[in-house]
Amino acid sequence: MKQKFDIIKSTCVPLPLENIDTDQIIPARFLKATDKKGFGDNLFRDWRYDKQGNPIKDFVLNDPTYGGVVLVAGKNFGSGSSREHAAWAIAGYGFRVVVSSFFADIHKNNELNNFVLPVVVSEAFLQELFDSIYTNPKMEVVVDLPNQTITNTATGNSESFEINAYKKHCLMNGLDDIDFLLENKDKIEAWERKHEC
Amino acid sequence: MNTLFDKIWDAHIVQEVEDGPTQLYIDRLYCHEVTSPQAFAGMRNRGLKCFRPNQIFCMPDHNTPTHDQDKPIEDPVSKNQVDTLEKNAADFGLTHFGMNTLKNGIIHVVGPERGLSLPGMTIVCGDSHTSTHGAMGAVAFGIGTSEVEMVMASQCILQQKPKSMRIRVNGKLDKGVTAKDVALYLMSKISTSGATGYFIEYAGDVVEDLSMEGRLTLCNLSIEMGARGGFIAPDEKTFAYVKGREYAPKGEDWDKAVAYWKTLKSGNDAVFDKELQFDGADIEPMVTYGTNPGMGMGITQSIPTTEGMGEAAQASFAKSLNYMGFKPGENLLGKKIDYVFLGACTNGRIEDFRSFASLVKGKQKAANVIAWLVPGSWMVDQQIREEGLDKVLEEAGFEIRQPGCSACLAMNDDKIPAGKYSVSTSNRNFEGRQGPGARTILASPLVAAAAAITGKITDPRTLM
Repeated sequence: MKQKFDIIKSTCVPLPLENIDTDQIIPARFLKATDKKGFGDNLFRDWRYDKQGNPIKDFVLNDPTYGGVVLVAGKNFGSGSSREHAAWAIAGYGFRVVVSSFFADIHKNNELNNFVLPVVVSEAFLQELFDSIYTNPKMEVVVDLPNQTITNTATGNSESFEINAYKKHCLMNGLDDIDFLLENKDKIEAWERKHEC
Repeated sequence: MNTLFDKIWDAHIVQEVEDGPTQLYIDRLYCHEVTSPQAFAGMRNRGLKCFRPNQIFCMPDHNTPTHDQDKPIEDPVSKNQVDTLEKNAADFGLTHFGMNTLKNGIIHVVGPERGLSLPGMTIVCGDSHTSTHGAMGAVAFGIGTSEVEMVMASQCILQQKPKSMRIRVNGKLDKGVTAKDVALYLMSKISTSGATGYFIEYAGDVVEDLSMEGRLTLCNLSIEMGARGGFIAPDEKTFAYVKGREYAPKGEDWDKAVAYWKTLKSGNDAVFDKELQFDGADIEPMVTYGTNPGMGMGITQSIPTTEGMGEAAQASFAKSLNYMGFKPGENLLGKKIDYVFLGACTNGRIEDFRSFASLVKGKQKAANVIAWLVPGSWMVDQQIREEGLDKVLEEAGFEIRQPGCSACLAMNDDKIPAGKYSVSTSNRNFEGRQGPGARTILASPLVAAAAAITGKITDPRTLM
């Protein structure tokens, strides 16, 4: 899971729907596992497979035209349930970046904690990106974490995206928050003494 | 500046990480069986013990069947998850409220009723509806499993401080309009992403007038507006609710606590990043017509048309109505329904059962309706029986099931079949939420009761 992040150049998988909630990313009936394995197989399960378990041809993950490690989705991606299983499914499937014009808070943190980079772009950039992908599915984006930019190579247009310096450092060095917190136990105990816990 | 949120947040800052998030101290961590096993596994892999085990409380709720809880769970995968929580709690020395015991129920119903969720606290759980506990005047929010592990390891979490929003609902609510309708109304106005990035403080006469149960319902649904959480400044009603509960402070500690809790309000000079005002008189009983909770309307209104929507919004709207089998411009009154679900962390409390029972009293459940009435906890179940509501409901043709999350997300056997309409007091009408292909219409317990006895979408005010 702790994959170090640098510059990613990849084709994209377009999913231009708004308000994609985490129940769609991974339905509740697949949350019964006690480990993190195999969630990628059920990513977007009910959009991807019919009741008999056969792939639904016109769903984008079943369309060989599109591929790559960058998922591009409509605004308000990851709303609803806090289930981190959604991030495990996205990472497990092989996505490393999700691009949208707006992310739900909890899901955004969950992606970051699983070394998947959520990239927030403007609505105009997003629409242009969808257009470029549909015009040429082999078109690549460049996601440059060190410089915090994303580039649509079809149009040459770039945008910068935000990420706090701490999290950027974690992603680029394969560190997680627990590593950090464990180094700061003295500060936690000091807080407790002050607050008579 | 100087909002109640600032006060509670600031009091819990352990440190500000340079160019990064805040390291925030957490008073309570709640764990249920679905979002905790991988966190416990992570703790084992790192060879860690829980840093403050007495601040962590565990209980199964999502997988629990709503019948025969005294027998082993039939689904082996569900059983494994529930058993895993019990074993993990034992191994890590944590308090566990096991299935089929008086203390068990939905974590967001149990926390307040046990006196575990108190004013001024920071509370987290691997569950988005953790915002519920905000009704107690606490900063409570849902987190992912990695974050659950963080709290187990350090009793802290790394979080960006959200922006602050105050939503005032002024005036009075009409007869038949409840806290659930207020929340569904707010979502229909600001959308499911309208409060993303914010922490909401609810205020105004309507909010102050709500019972504690009503406040819990309102705060529960904060996440459906996208908010990190939502809370209400504690007042005399809050203190009266907390007093005497199992984990509430006692004696001298109680007096000290109340003295502190009385300081927990936003200053007169408080500055919020955003303020919104609504009038309670504009709200009628609500129903949803689409596949996110923001797609709601007054029960007498009609589904909007796509006029003025952008391309992506139109595509999502059409997909949603197609799933529901509804048309733009359609009115839902009189629409035949198949299932009714009363329960969930949203509306599984005693007041919700009182409300439902008041409407069905002396009437009969419609023959075409299957109704699942699921108390939020065994304590709620006990209250139902003490108040004789069980008799009222049974005479009207309803059966009370055993506590748990149940058909809210259908992780147990309580699944709505594909294509069927369910009028549900739960919190989400997402595609497949109540079972693959299930069509959910979110509503209050009163609207659910009216649907249960008429077999169709009915304005409860016509039956009161």
